[in-house]
Amino acid sequence: MSRGLPWGAMGRMAGRRLLFAAPVLLVVTFGVFAVAAASPFDPVKAYAGTAGLTASQENLDQLRANLGVDQPLVHRWWNWLTHALGGDLGDSSVLRAPVSAVIGERIGWSALLAITAFAVAVLLGTSLGVLAARKPGGLLDRCAGSAAYILEAAPAFWLGLLAIWFFAVTLGVLPAGGLTDAASDTVTFGQVASHLVLPAAVLGISQLPWFFLYVRQGVTDALAEDPVRGARARGLSERTVLLGHALRSGMLPMLTLIGSRVPELITGALLVETVFSWPGIAAATVQAATSVDFALLAALTVLATAAVLIGNLLSDLLYGLADPRVGFDG
Amino acid sequence: MADTTTGPVTAAAPVTREPATTKPVWRSHGRTRRSTRTVRVRTSAALVAVVALAVLVVPLLAPLDQQAVDLARKLQPPSLAHPFGTDDVGRDLLLRCVYGLRVSLLVGLVAALVATVIGTAVGAAAAAFGGWTDRIVMRLVDTFSSVPHLLLGIFIVAMFRPGVWPVIVSVALTHWLSTARIVRSEVLSLRARPYIDAAISGGASRRRVIRRHLLPGVMPQAGLAAVLMVPHAMWHESALSFLGLGLPSHQASLGNLVQTARGSLLAGDWWPTLFPGLFLIVPTLALAGLAGAWRERINPRRRSELML
Repeated sequence: MSRGLPWGAMGRMAGRRLLFAAPVLLVVTFGVFAVAAASPFDPVKAYAGTAGLTASQENLDQLRANLGVDQPLVHRWWNWLTHALGGDLGDSSVLRAPVSAVIGERIGWSALLAITAFAVAVLLGTSLGVLAARKPGGLLDRCAGSAAYILEAAPAFWLGLLAIWFFAVTLGVLPAGGLTDAASDTVTFGQVASHLVLPAAVLGISQLPWFFLYVRQGVTDALAEDPVRGARARGLSERTVLLGHALRSGMLPMLTLIGSRVPELITGALLVETVFSWPGIAAATVQAATSVDFALLAALTVLATAAVLIGNLLSDLLYGLADPRVGFDG
Repeated sequence: MADTTTGPVTAAAPVTREPATTKPVWRSHGRTRRSTRTVRVRTSAALVAVVALAVLVVPLLAPLDQQAVDLARKLQPPSLAHPFGTDDVGRDLLLRCVYGLRVSLLVGLVAALVATVIGTAVGAAAAAFGGWTDRIVMRLVDTFSSVPHLLLGIFIVAMFRPGVWPVIVSVALTHWLSTARIVRSEVLSLRARPYIDAAISGGASRRRVIRRHLLPGVMPQAGLAAVLMVPHAMWHESALSFLGLGLPSHQASLGNLVQTARGSLLAGDWWPTLFPGLFLIVPTLALAGLAGAWRERINPRRRSELML
């Protein structure tokens, strides 16, 4: 792109989206508080734990007032929101640390896993998709297509467990979980890399079918278009036609839509991080849910929603860049 | 805004922004493509029939002693007596899987039904009333589509404590959004047709137009969405159960079976993990195959889009 990027239009679109994102996040946070208020969950009992069973009613009422639970729903929500904007998300009861510290400590590991998995899915999906699109209805097309449907239906936690069984238990070549070996207390590059292989591969492969099917469809369509026919007529080699012409136009829509895959990525991460005891925020979400840690769970739900909104924005920006007819009016 | 409602199972169908304007140019595949499609539909139908028969009939016929705890035959690998082997307390895994499928299928069916009713009602109301109602309702649908489904489900179940009904409610509450969108756009396209105008100018009340003319028209689309939602709901139930946030362990769903199998997996016993997963995949593919064929019938335009 020699003309330079249309920064102005992109910035305006991003600004407009942020303007729309604020009410979405407000409604989601309020929804989170409303669900909690409607549920039998009692913050006082959760806070007091077993001590709450023996405490006098007077003490419990005092605690209730201290925690602000006797305030109306809207008041509590507003309180949380103003604190959250100041960076104070409350304390996690299960991990015994401030929620913001938990997120800061773990988000890097989650990002590492997610980015590696996306790279695996994009690279494998694209190459398989191109190979399959070269001969529609051929052996590879049919095998890879069927495998894609089966993989799409297979739950990620099940794939993860089978991978642990095969690579960690039977072959013993890769660790079954965690970030480092149990014996070591320092985090080294080699340790992390070897522990990353299985979770990233499983998460990537569980995302693979979408990428594969998208590229296959895109390249198949592109192979039927005039520029490709023109390239063939000029006598360009099949390789140039396939990789230089068909892949370029067939892959673009997939690349631009990567951002909209964030929800699926989060879903996969929730399962894969739990299976492999990966110390990321998705595993923390499951821990928070298991022990009803409202502060942590609420913050992570809002964080995931923000990630989805950012992914959508990224996707629309890239789409507008790739296809100038779409523009940045959305 | 990019579509965020696609979940793990329907996710394979990418949302194409523009209709494909070109037709495939390869020529000779017309025949083979049609015949593989027929084979696929027939296989899917047969598998759905087998699954339905299994979950309905097997519990009536199965010998109860296979369900009893018998530590003497625990963790036996697959054999003729136990085709899927036995679990960690000596129960026959084939039978456990059939029962697990029965529980998962039931939860999936109920959740999909509830979600379809909510989605149809909201979508039809939004389209029929239009104006501000429509705008606000669809904004809310967009908003809640921005929370990943499994995460929202986890949140709801965590707050209401795991159990059958919280799981069904959480799956239903996260799945009606896409149905609402489909039904709304279908109602909007139906409303532009002349026979609706004719009914209105003939003096039919709004209520009558909705119930008599609009709802029957959207039924095929809503039904299709419901069928596609069943495997999706089963998948969600299994994921929640696997995370320990789903059904109580005495109601052994497929997710619970996999969760229980984790212990023996690390000792190298693969069969308690492998088979429940297969029991989840096969009905999912069969239902998706049938739903794909149905979609091609009611909406031939979409043939070029991907199934599942």
